[in-house]
Amino acid sequence: MSEAVSSPPARQSGPGRALRRLLREPLGVFAILLVALVVFGAIFADLLTQYDPTRINPRERFSPPGADHLLGTDQLGRDLFARVLHGGRIALYVALVSTAISLAIGIVLGLIAGYGPRWLDNLMILVFDAVKSFPTVMLALALVTLVGPSLTAVMVVVILVNVPGYARIIRTQTIALKTSEFVTAAQSMGASSARILRVHVLPNVIGPLVILASMDIPVVIAIEAGMSFLGLGVRPPTPSWGSILNDGFSNIRETAWIAVAGGLPIIVTTLGFTFLGETLRDVLDPRLKGRG
Amino acid sequence: MRTLAIDNLNVVFSTEEGPLHALKNVSFEVPENRIVGIVGESGCGKSTLINAVLGLLADNGRIAEGTIRFEGKTDLVGLSPDRMRALRGQRISTVFQDPMGALNPVLSVGRQMVNIQYRSGLSRAEKQARAVEMLRLVRIPDAEAALRRYPHQFSGGMKQRIAIAMALMMEPALLIADEPTTALDATLEVATIELLQDLQKKIGCSVLFISHHLGVIAELCEDVVVMYAGEVVERGTVRQIFNDPRHPYTRRLLECDPARQSRRTRHLPTIPGEIPDLRARPGGCIFAPRCDRAHSACAAPQPERDCGDHHFARCVLAREPETADGRA
Amino acid sequence: MSDDPILSVRDVEVTFPVGGPLSRGAILGVAGVSFELRRGETFALVGESGSGKTTLARAINGLQAISAGEIDFEGRRIDGLGKRAMQPVRKRMSMMFQDPVGSLSPRMTVGDLVTEPFRIHGAGGRNLRDETRRLLSLVGLPAEYANRYPHQLSGGQARRVGVARAIALDPALVIADEPTAGLDVSVQGEVLNLLNDLREKLGLAMVIITHNLHVVHHVADRMAVMYLGRFVETGETESVFSTPTHPYTAALLSANPEPDPDRAHDRISLPAEVPSLLARPAGCEFHTRCPWVQPRCRAQAPVAAALDDRRVACHFPLDPGARPPHRPKEPA
Repeated sequence: MSEAVSSPPARQSGPGRALRRLLREPLGVFAILLVALVVFGAIFADLLTQYDPTRINPRERFSPPGADHLLGTDQLGRDLFARVLHGGRIALYVALVSTAISLAIGIVLGLIAGYGPRWLDNLMILVFDAVKSFPTVMLALALVTLVGPSLTAVMVVVILVNVPGYARIIRTQTIALKTSEFVTAAQSMGASSARILRVHVLPNVIGPLVILASMDIPVVIAIEAGMSFLGLGVRPPTPSWGSILNDGFSNIRETAWIAVAGGLPIIVTTLGFTFLGETLRDVLDPRLKGRG
Repeated sequence: MRTLAIDNLNVVFSTEEGPLHALKNVSFEVPENRIVGIVGESGCGKSTLINAVLGLLADNGRIAEGTIRFEGKTDLVGLSPDRMRALRGQRISTVFQDPMGALNPVLSVGRQMVNIQYRSGLSRAEKQARAVEMLRLVRIPDAEAALRRYPHQFSGGMKQRIAIAMALMMEPALLIADEPTTALDATLEVATIELLQDLQKKIGCSVLFISHHLGVIAELCEDVVVMYAGEVVERGTVRQIFNDPRHPYTRRLLECDPARQSRRTRHLPTIPGEIPDLRARPGGCIFAPRCDRAHSACAAPQPERDCGDHHFARCVLAREPETADGRA
Repeated sequence: MSDDPILSVRDVEVTFPVGGPLSRGAILGVAGVSFELRRGETFALVGESGSGKTTLARAINGLQAISAGEIDFEGRRIDGLGKRAMQPVRKRMSMMFQDPVGSLSPRMTVGDLVTEPFRIHGAGGRNLRDETRRLLSLVGLPAEYANRYPHQLSGGQARRVGVARAIALDPALVIADEPTAGLDVSVQGEVLNLLNDLREKLGLAMVIITHNLHVVHHVADRMAVMYLGRFVETGETESVFSTPTHPYTAALLSANPEPDPDRAHDRISLPAEVPSLLARPAGCEFHTRCPWVQPRCRAQAPVAAALDDRRVACHFPLDPGARPPHRPKEPA
């Protein structure tokens, strides 16, 4: 079949095309709306509410949602809407920064393992597998015991969890490309290993990884929320969805609103990014269907 | 009787850039007990044609018009998938360029050869005997032992011969062979052609043989169909096509084969230009944009013209035989 | 033209390790071949798959280490050179690979692909955009193609891009591995003509590897027939075609299907299959398939000897037009 269309006219490709296809999928549109909502709230948090998310006001403890406080207040009288918006900043910051760092490290390690000598590959795989075999919670507890709870601790955990998987994906594909004719052709021209990896290998292996990483973003948000919930993450009074949720559970006898305010954004964001990642994957690379 | 009679077949694919007319008014026949070759370059629609016959068009493709009559009666167009499946592998079988497409790497050759006889009603021992017989027929040494071996234990040439044995096992009425010798070295290629010729006579089936290799077609086939950009531009017996081509495309294609240049030349003939975009077919002759003999009459759609003796060409000049200098 | 060869290959051997750590062994992929190539000359390597053609090409290009012998290029010994020392050689010698589309990096534009040699070896003050235009016009592609990606090219167009890359740095030698593989007959001629034009214009020397003997007949000045990693016959192309003296050459030439239905096929059929490199036959390695085999062939390996204009490795070189002796058909 393909032979009938073997020389297609110069067809446009790239992000524009992907976006148009994405907008053709109802789930894609829904996902974009959800993600846009979260991102918008995080960026314009200061404009959307005049409340300081950390200011304590004992007289207004546990107020229900209303005109003054859109989502009510918590046990210390802090405005929950402000806390959710600012918590979103933390969540997105952790998710994006740590995913980006994981990607960068994972790509570099994966390229080295895949293109380098066999013994180095074996050694690196051993390390990746060892790190990967730690349960996330154990890893988090161990790290926090060492350095104390902090945002950095959360990010380090996320990076440690993500890097081995990313590196493995890149490594496998690099090995597959290593003997491809276009790489051999570059070698015969005298291209350096660095150039071959940067120009010939990387652009061909990065696509699927970025899609998979975008599907990992909700997982990262859940890790951040989970660690903050357990008190291993963001230190109070800095707002985080996890810590709001924790406040909610401690005061569940007083009011359910705090728990709702902490849980809802996690659900919305997770669904948004998951659907976005999945539709992106189906649109860009149908071969990956059924993964992750 | 005709084993396969394709009449005015049109296949259209829907693509993002609009409908693509992959086969246009394709008509030809595969008579009983005959080897018919289809020759054409990439984009000529060979694969689409096979898939249309086998009922295996991709989801975005459909037969817009035409009939495919098999053994004089059944129209394969619109045949239910169940009935099509019953024909495939039994009455119509296939051999492809890569024999591993037909062989399961994790089952022994014998197991696979017994399995495909599931409709035969033979006993296990009889099936086994038939498998040995077929392997002998395709000249696999030590056939009994070969049954216990796995596909990867055979060389490329042997794998292709096993694939041929499996395709012919159920004594089909029609064997469709799609470039079965392309991946083989010349010495194996001729051996495989001779084998196919031999088996065709023994079994008495028809063969539809697709190849871009003119030498192979000339040697193996009795009738030839020349395809270009989804149309049959010329058809006739192998001698009519090779010795008295009437369509300019056929002439040019034959000229281009370095094997037809007896004198050594450093400048080989070519056909300038490219296959037209099948989403925007020219209204008239499909070859006109690349034809050095095109003139005003070529802007009109070209019917097949009878050049006598079942030789047809889709060209205004078809009835003028080639002169010594190659020009009419 | 000077008489010094551009490339000289002497007794080159390539071995591949086989087996595990306990039963380590080596197979001979290329078993001691020699030839010389002069400026503007085209040399063809022919043989069946597995005969070592591609391995030899990779060895000349330094992509494959050799285990014995010597390769000289433009008066310098180049086998065993380190990566850095090899860089200047790579500017002077380029290679084209079998798969026209697959040898082009899929995410690079045609413009980036044809100027890649400059990015690797330094542009030397050249304007890369001008170079793109110059190279594309040299290989007959419109300048707009600079923005296309390999998957948007037909096989013939992709091959032209491959040619453009190969000649970008004005090399002295181009090694083309199956330059017509995967191309239609009507396009095959275009690529061969293009290579020939460039050979004439730039004085290139070429090594062409192919299994298509008809192509060899038209483009090569001299040729070598390879069998199990050895040259069994070398000589001027025309003379090899008209009077093959090695039985294998004769069989290969007769095996080619001719696009002429009236031609009588007087074929020399070769029994059995190519032996495995792991179990090379004793004596003459072709004796297991040779229709003219004699007792001596089974025992003693022939040494390649000069015969008129040829070198032939056979105890009993054929007379012109020799037919195989009649013998009872062996089971294939």
